[in-house]
Amino acid sequence: MSAMIDLGPHAAFILWAYGIAAGVLACLIGWIVADYRRQLRRLAQLEAAGITRRSSRIRARSKVTQA
Amino acid sequence: MQRFANPTKFMSLADAILPWMIALAASLFAVGLYLAFFVAPADYQQGETVRIMFIHVPSAWLAMMGYSLIALSSIGSLIWRHPLADVAAKAALPIGASFTLLALVTGALWGKPMWGAYWVWDARLTSVLILFLLYIGLIALWQAIEDPSRAGRVAAILAIVGFVNVPIIKFSVDWWNTLHQGASVIRLDGPSIHPSILIPLLVMTAAFTTLYFVLVLIAMKTEILRRRVSALQSARAGGAQASAVAAE
Repeated sequence: MSAMIDLGPHAAFILWAYGIAAGVLACLIGWIVADYRRQLRRLAQLEAAGITRRSSRIRARSKVTQA
Repeated sequence: MQRFANPTKFMSLADAILPWMIALAASLFAVGLYLAFFVAPADYQQGETVRIMFIHVPSAWLAMMGYSLIALSSIGSLIWRHPLADVAAKAALPIGASFTLLALVTGALWGKPMWGAYWVWDARLTSVLILFLLYIGLIALWQAIEDPSRAGRVAAILAIVGFVNVPIIKFSVDWWNTLHQGASVIRLDGPSIHPSILIPLLVMTAAFTTLYFVLVLIAMKTEILRRRVSALQSARAGGAQASAVAAE
């Protein structure tokens, strides 16, 4: 096993490559998670306002019938 | 497969497997980065710059595999009208575009010290640039057409036509004289890379691939939610219009 001590004369290229990869992936993950949460929030707001999907209404109705 | 065609069933399945996939991706990245920086030796020709390969090759692989999956989903969408097919094709676009961008940028940063240039108009590099432009074009197409089913059909046709570029990328190094090196992992006579470098590369590829699928699953869930929100907003607008007509 060789320890990482010196990245040689081209260290800047290696560090830039890993830095940019980390940056791009962090932005991609952040954007995807934020978009997912935004859609969840919008759906919850609509449902709270009484606008529900047909399947939710059918489920709710069948629960009432069972009760 | 048809069992998971139902978006609600897909959402529950994705919720169940996502935590495991996230844990797997994190573990693979931890092991892969350790192997890449502390175990893999410098290459006898390329020196320490070989470490760029551990992010460049997985990104390039995902750029092509991602596009192939989009083309496959597009076929599913056009022929079988699979309810999740165009959701998958749309959700995978920005993720595939990001990995293609990474392949281009890390390739340029590897090319400068090895070839003396960040960019050359060589067949491999140019065909990957075309792939990136295809991704951008497909994203723009989805944004430009308001009706998702029409956007899905048009994007599916372009995605399938654009798939011709994938084998060109793969075989460009065999068909033309290029600065880019030939295949060194997937070869008929086996990999030509020493195991001390091949194993970290495979672990990093597994890490990138797992992350790719985690992101695609979340993006697909988001797209399903977006369509539900849009349907509810239309229902609300329709309801408001009906009330206005009744009031008149």
